[in-house]
Amino acid sequence: MKTSRERIGLALVAIALIALPFVLAAAGTAWVRITNFAVLFVLLSLGLNIVVGFAGLLDLGYVAFFAVGAYVYALLASPHFGLHLPFWLILPIGATVACIAGVMLGAPTLRLRGDYLAIVTLGFGEIVRIFMNNLSAPINLTNGPKGINRIDPFQIGALNFSASDTIGGLVFSGPIKYYYFLLLVLLAVIVINRRLQDSRIGRAWVAIREDEIAAKASGINTRNIKLLAFAMGASFGGVAGGMFAAIQGFVSPESFVLNESIMVLAMVVLGGMGNIWGVIAGALLLSFVPELLRYTVEPAQRALFGKLLVDPEVLRMLVFGLALVLTMRFRPAGLWPETRHRREMDENRA
Amino acid sequence: MEILLQQIINGLTTGSVYAVVALGYTMVYGVIQLINFAHGEVVMIGAMVAFSVITALAGSGLPPLLIVLAGVLAAIPSCMLMGYLLERVAYRPLRHAPRLAPLITAIGMSIILQHLALLAWGRNPLAFPQIIDNRVFSVGGAAISTVQIAIILLSLVMMAGLSGFVYRTRFGIAIRATAENVHVAGLMGVNANRVIAATFVIGAALGAVAGVMYGSYYGIAHYTMGFNLGLKAFSAAVLGGIGNIAGAMLGGILLGLVEALGTGYVGELTDLCDWPPAHDWLTAQCADGGNFVLFGSNYQDVFAFLMLILVLVFRPSGLLGERVSERA
Amino acid sequence: MNLPTKALSLSVIAAIALAGCGKEQPPPPPPVQAAPPMVIKIGSVAPLTGGIAHLGKDNENGARLAVDEANAAGTMLGGKKVSFELLSEDDQSDPKVGNTVAQKLVDAKVAGVVGHLNSGTTIPASAIYNQAGLPMVSGSATNPALTEQGFKGVFRVVGRDDQQGPAVANYLAGQTRPKTVAVIDDATAYGEGLANEVEKTLKAAGVKVLPREKGTDKTVDWKAVLTKIKGKNPDAVFYGGMDATGGPLLKQARELKMTAVFAFGDGACTDKMAELAGPAAEGLLCSQAGIPVQAAGRKFLDAYKAKFKIDPILYSPFTYDSTNLLINAMKKADSSDPAKYLPALAASDYNGASGNIRFDEKGDRKDAEMTIFTLKEGKITPVAILKSGKSMTLDEYARASAPAAPAPAAAAVAASAPAAVPVPAAPAVKN
Repeated sequence: MKTSRERIGLALVAIALIALPFVLAAAGTAWVRITNFAVLFVLLSLGLNIVVGFAGLLDLGYVAFFAVGAYVYALLASPHFGLHLPFWLILPIGATVACIAGVMLGAPTLRLRGDYLAIVTLGFGEIVRIFMNNLSAPINLTNGPKGINRIDPFQIGALNFSASDTIGGLVFSGPIKYYYFLLLVLLAVIVINRRLQDSRIGRAWVAIREDEIAAKASGINTRNIKLLAFAMGASFGGVAGGMFAAIQGFVSPESFVLNESIMVLAMVVLGGMGNIWGVIAGALLLSFVPELLRYTVEPAQRALFGKLLVDPEVLRMLVFGLALVLTMRFRPAGLWPETRHRREMDENRA
Repeated sequence: MEILLQQIINGLTTGSVYAVVALGYTMVYGVIQLINFAHGEVVMIGAMVAFSVITALAGSGLPPLLIVLAGVLAAIPSCMLMGYLLERVAYRPLRHAPRLAPLITAIGMSIILQHLALLAWGRNPLAFPQIIDNRVFSVGGAAISTVQIAIILLSLVMMAGLSGFVYRTRFGIAIRATAENVHVAGLMGVNANRVIAATFVIGAALGAVAGVMYGSYYGIAHYTMGFNLGLKAFSAAVLGGIGNIAGAMLGGILLGLVEALGTGYVGELTDLCDWPPAHDWLTAQCADGGNFVLFGSNYQDVFAFLMLILVLVFRPSGLLGERVSERA
Repeated sequence: MNLPTKALSLSVIAAIALAGCGKEQPPPPPPVQAAPPMVIKIGSVAPLTGGIAHLGKDNENGARLAVDEANAAGTMLGGKKVSFELLSEDDQSDPKVGNTVAQKLVDAKVAGVVGHLNSGTTIPASAIYNQAGLPMVSGSATNPALTEQGFKGVFRVVGRDDQQGPAVANYLAGQTRPKTVAVIDDATAYGEGLANEVEKTLKAAGVKVLPREKGTDKTVDWKAVLTKIKGKNPDAVFYGGMDATGGPLLKQARELKMTAVFAFGDGACTDKMAELAGPAAEGLLCSQAGIPVQAAGRKFLDAYKAKFKIDPILYSPFTYDSTNLLINAMKKADSSDPAKYLPALAASDYNGASGNIRFDEKGDRKDAEMTIFTLKEGKITPVAILKSGKSMTLDEYARASAPAAPAPAAAAVAASAPAAVPVPAAPAVKN
């Protein structure tokens, strides 16, 4: 039961989240877009967290599912094939296709552990991207490296998500509408995640993560439970991919490179594997820090030295790298680690 | 036939470069079960330092071989220092942290090293000076150059040297003991910190040589070159069984061969026009010398990764890896 | 949450200190004037980090040069003295980042945008500029799709893939009369797009084209692909890709003792080829969209060298022209309001560093010239200029355009063409 104090707190957070895009829009619509991408990455991180954080399966090819979702959306709602299905139909299709891809990856790799699993998932991610890049010949399926352009935005009745509307004096630009949609999806994903974590399945994942043999011995069907982790994680990635395609209006294989997988993994680990709030914090941090640096590095240099010593974009990357190193140096379990057990994946427990 | 021979020579050369880099991954992994993701950047720094030295000396009138040797001798200590610093700054403080934490610091160090290299050597792809007279010999109709011969021989020598060091010397015993069990090795009087630092330094020294090999063979160096090379080499190490020196060598060469042969032959094998006619539509596509290639050279990396996945599915610890039973 | 913030601020200081010892000199800030005139912002977007950062910087430099020159000359708009400010953004060749920085420029109320570099980031970003009513001129995005979207404010000063591809293919077919040609590309939107156009034209000319071979934009090991091709004995090889991959390709082909004629697109049409491939580069054929800088842009070349202490690499003449087009259109319309100067921009008739520029109704360059080069004694040297389907030598071109404004310069340089100035051109990875 929640206390009234908690309720007030919750209401305040809700109001803040609802008001946020207008505050951001005042600073520039770019910030709304940045926030949208940050929320997308939160979704991805939560999906990967199921695989890595809950079940302890190191996945370095997670972006493949994001790509699958994005391409499913792009192919079914763009002039490329002349198909224009509504988004509420495509998002579930994308999630399903990604889910199948997850099982396809999971099934043959059940016996692999740790770093061997990591390299196989990495290979899988690259294979998916290479196929998308090359399936323009001999038959044009994905339009190859040129990518698919003019993807339909979300449309509910007369409400078009790419256009700007003014309601009651407030300007609802495209990015703001997507923000609210993303927020709803995020809410749903958080609820699902929390439910999962406390369910029988969630406990089975933790059991596998902690000790697979013991888990098996206590009657857990490790094969199915592991596959379920891959499937669930992949579906979240698929949904996020579909929304990415709609928001961006354009997909091409270069958005789904290995670096993106590594970034999402970094978000999960930096925030605190296994802890939903930690993962969210990690994703938000790694999404916003580079953007904040984009806005601050140049003025900061001018203020300190009176001129530009180092190109801002290079300095931005340097600071970003250092931030990763230092955070892990001082908070090795992540910024906000899971409280229940911190021993997982700890090599020194032997 | 000469084409097959040529592809094998191509694959052997690339594979040898992969193998030398893979040795660096495998050394570190064998001892502390850590993927040193920044190793590719160490190789890049090696190539860059050698580039600077060789370019500076190119006009000095010294014999070319001596200049290249000077480049290598400058690159090796630079990379060793880099390897040592990496271990001290990014990995040692995290030795008792959860297993994925060092992965993130490695990514961070990777980003930092790349952009420091950008500041030092600029954004342009650098033309690695080709000062050695690169003669091309004909073997059974296939071409092989001096640089290729040197790369293949040198990588074999380095692997043999490393094996000898690990299996024949006292320090090698200490390394193997630490790899077996850090705590017990400690009780036997092995200084684990020194051993671990040494594996980084040795791996980095090998990486420096690999960087020079890469530069001399392809004639190019760029601050982003480490990433892909590192990825391939890491795959090679896993393929052979990570932690195993001979495995890294085998994995590297196998990977090189699969890439070369896959590129060379899979395209022709999957040209549906060469197959028995299946459908009118397909026959129409094939008219006038057309083709319907399913998997051409554009799937080069797919061949490599597919082989890796297949090998791991059937041998979950790699080709020569020890069968690690479930770690408990 | 105390620690991370501390760590972060610490890292900022450390990074600044660390990076301070870098060698690269950043461009100086725009000159500050005593009485601050009205500032007009112009956006420039290109990848400034990542694999093709050198090209991105080159693009930015071209735009910066134009802005600084306009400021030095002094410009009056609506009776007031104005100064231009270049807002340079890094899109990391990533469409996602490209859209974010595009929005950032829209928020910053720039008057126009020069960029982006890659077609892959330019096309999605163009939708954002279009929605905001901002004109954009790209100096390097060659993918035809960019101007096929029906956006009024989208222009480019570089030739399209479907103009350049046929040009180089026809020249190759006409000059070397090959029976069989192998076509390779780097599996990027740029490389593949160009290679497709070349293949189409060659096939139409009755030349047999081997099944396409591909690498990636990072491939340096071409031996396997080349060995395969060598087995089929083509008379010529075309590669669609940039110089960082094209150089090794050429070098390795000669190591395999291939004797075919090699032809490259603008991405690999650069002096750098001689450096990267060594003597193997001799005799290479390649094409550039636009006329050679020797013929039109001597002034640009000198100014660029004086300012940045390096030679232009590839597209800086085009971004320089793009920026000047924006500035000139503003002057003509006497306003920096996009809605007001857009008609003037569309009606541009301007002689820039890359030749005469006029736009067709789509925003593409009208009658874009293409130049064919060959690599001679380590320098790329123009051998033919193609315009409206006609091929001319540099001399003929100079004579043909004699009444036009840049004629004296063109003729003068044409005469000294063999002693060519280092031509700006280098790798191109436009996707």
